Amino acid sequence: MAAHNLKHALFCAIITLVISYPILGFNLESEGTSIILEGAGATTILGVLLAAVIVFLFQLFRDSVMGSLRQLPAINPLANRKPMEQSKRLRLESTLLTLMIIGALIWPFLASRGAVDLATLVLIYIMLALGLNVVVGLAGLLDLGYVAFYAVGAYTFALLSQYYGVSFWFALPIGALLAALFGLVLGFPVLRLRGDYLAIVTLGFGEIIRILLNNMTSLTGGPNGIGGIPDPTLFGMEFGRRVKEEGNTSFHETFGIAYSGEHKVIFLYLIALVLAVITAVAIRRLMRMPVGRAWEALREDEIAAKSLGLSRTAVKLSAFTIGAFFAGFAGTVFASKQGFISPESFVFLESAIILAIVVLGGMGSQMGVILAAIAVTILPELAREFSEYRMLIFGAAMVLMMVWRPQGLMPMRRIHIELKRQE
Amino acid sequence: MLVLEDVHTHYGKIEALHGVSVEVEKGEIVSLIGANGAGKTTLLMTVCGNPQATSGRVIFQGRDITREMTSNIMRSGIAIVPEGRRVFSGLTVEENLHMGGFFNTKPEIRKSQDHVYELFPRLKEREHQRAGTMSGGEQQMLAIGRALMSRPNMIILDEPSLGLAPLVIKQIFEIIGKLREEGITVFLVEQNAHQALNLADRGYVLETGRIRLHDTGKNLLANPDVQNAYLGG
Ligand SMILES: Nc1ncnc2c1ncn2[C@@H]1O[C@H](COP(=O)(O)OP(=O)(O)OP(=O)(O)O)[C@@H](O)[C@H]1O
Ligand SMILES: [Mg+2]
Repeated sequence: MAAHNLKHALFCAIITLVISYPILGFNLESEGTSIILEGAGATTILGVLLAAVIVFLFQLFRDSVMGSLRQLPAINPLANRKPMEQSKRLRLESTLLTLMIIGALIWPFLASRGAVDLATLVLIYIMLALGLNVVVGLAGLLDLGYVAFYAVGAYTFALLSQYYGVSFWFALPIGALLAALFGLVLGFPVLRLRGDYLAIVTLGFGEIIRILLNNMTSLTGGPNGIGGIPDPTLFGMEFGRRVKEEGNTSFHETFGIAYSGEHKVIFLYLIALVLAVITAVAIRRLMRMPVGRAWEALREDEIAAKSLGLSRTAVKLSAFTIGAFFAGFAGTVFASKQGFISPESFVFLESAIILAIVVLGGMGSQMGVILAAIAVTILPELAREFSEYRMLIFGAAMVLMMVWRPQGLMPMRRIHIELKRQE
Repeated sequence: MLVLEDVHTHYGKIEALHGVSVEVEKGEIVSLIGANGAGKTTLLMTVCGNPQATSGRVIFQGRDITREMTSNIMRSGIAIVPEGRRVFSGLTVEENLHMGGFFNTKPEIRKSQDHVYELFPRLKEREHQRAGTMSGGEQQMLAIGRALMSRPNMIILDEPSLGLAPLVIKQIFEIIGKLREEGITVFLVEQNAHQALNLADRGYVLETGRIRLHDTGKNLLANPDVQNAYLGG
């Protein structure tokens, strides 16, 4: 065993050297018109060597390191408690959620503008992750192109406002419905696919949408994106310093308060909060309805589900469509928040992050997904001080997380449906 | 009630059924026996439309269902207990049963659920247990119960005795007998030829995609060829 470990560790260390030395150890310098290769400084080489040594040591003692990592839940005081009864758990969960929502309603008036802005982003990710959770967590369809529907929502609003002057409140349902329509249409060709194949095809779809947006320059402005997307209004009141649209009034004048840029940020946050709550509640409802159980049944056993007369087409398409619908929601809010969108906001990495949130949170679990969305959005911001290393820290945190809790932050606890009987 | 006329079924280019004709009358138990790979499961799945027959006809209750979609067929009064049980392992017993009555109303579900619990008191005891954690026998009972939830006129069972202890097998066969008394037509596929033919009104013997013999259950049991091939001499 020990000999095997040693061999493995040596191998890993050599791989580290082979990979990192050519990347870090040489610099390309331009000298006039030619480019020459230069060796890197002593510190870089030392760093690479050090990295190799660290990899060697880690691999050598991997078993004990990973073993103690796995012991961690034992330190967690909640790990050994008995599972609560379902009714009690549900009551506790809804009280907690209510408290959280009340807190979230009050909080923006106390926090800084930057924090509220970030929180709006968190809420957008919560909407996205809750929507993707339907597709991946509940229906078990691995969708890597989810960001496409987010883009459809965002671009619907951007284009409608640019060409027809449509306001946020009109664009919101249109964007969501159009995204849902895209979900339906894109769902058809992938119905027969499963697992890896489905993942690859949806990945392709996501990229197609992005590339289309990038290349339809006359309509979408291509890589230059679309700017000047209006902010939402409150019953015809605008939040800008000056009223842009005829017939509207301005918020601060109506209420006779001084103009502040914060009003708009808080208003957007509140809209995102309401929409996120609507998303969560709607999906929770759906989970308990027959369609929710059909998703689960199809995920668990497709043949059995079909043998009971469920139509695979209808069930899968409904999951795709509903997931896409909420992505469209999120997209509209995003466009309004940014005021400017371009295809760059909808790259594959975005899909990957949303998927990471779902997986980290625990597939199918709403609470877990919400927590993970908060963690995944805020963590890179907190790590901003480490500037170039922040994605590295982010990645490391994810890896540790998956080792520690492979089933996610809060694995899904199914709500068991019981038939009420009149006794 | 169910008629198959010269049914051919293909998996891609390979023909698995070479012209099979089977008839099941209302209220009987018909057993289909055959060796591994004879095409028994294929035959049942053809009835369900997954895969569909490439030629020939499948008629259920006077209606041609050869080209119907599986989901429509399964909603028209026919239910299947698939090979290998296939219960929804993450769902509780009760939820599994409710999935079986997916297209029924609440009161109907309540009634059929009570009925299933009457047939299988064991399921009632395990009502809130996750199906995946139950024993093989219990899962088989659940699979049968789930199929009954849609109140079918006809139930198709694919090797319900697979991997079960003799005592449990006996129980399951008793239940199948009871179903006939309730007026449900049964089409049963079995490796367990002795018990299957004993219970059956009539039986068919399938060999490599063709019906070799068909007769009453008693006669098949007495048939020397059947005894040699399927009853261990
Ligand atoms: N999905 C499939 N694709 C290709 N060939 C298949 C498929 N399913 C079954 N077959 C083939 O069809 C033939 C009949 O298979 P089938 O499953 O119907 O047999 P069976 O009588 O049910 O056997 P067993 O008693 O082992 O369940 C076999 O040769 C099998 O290899
Ligand atoms: Mg079979």
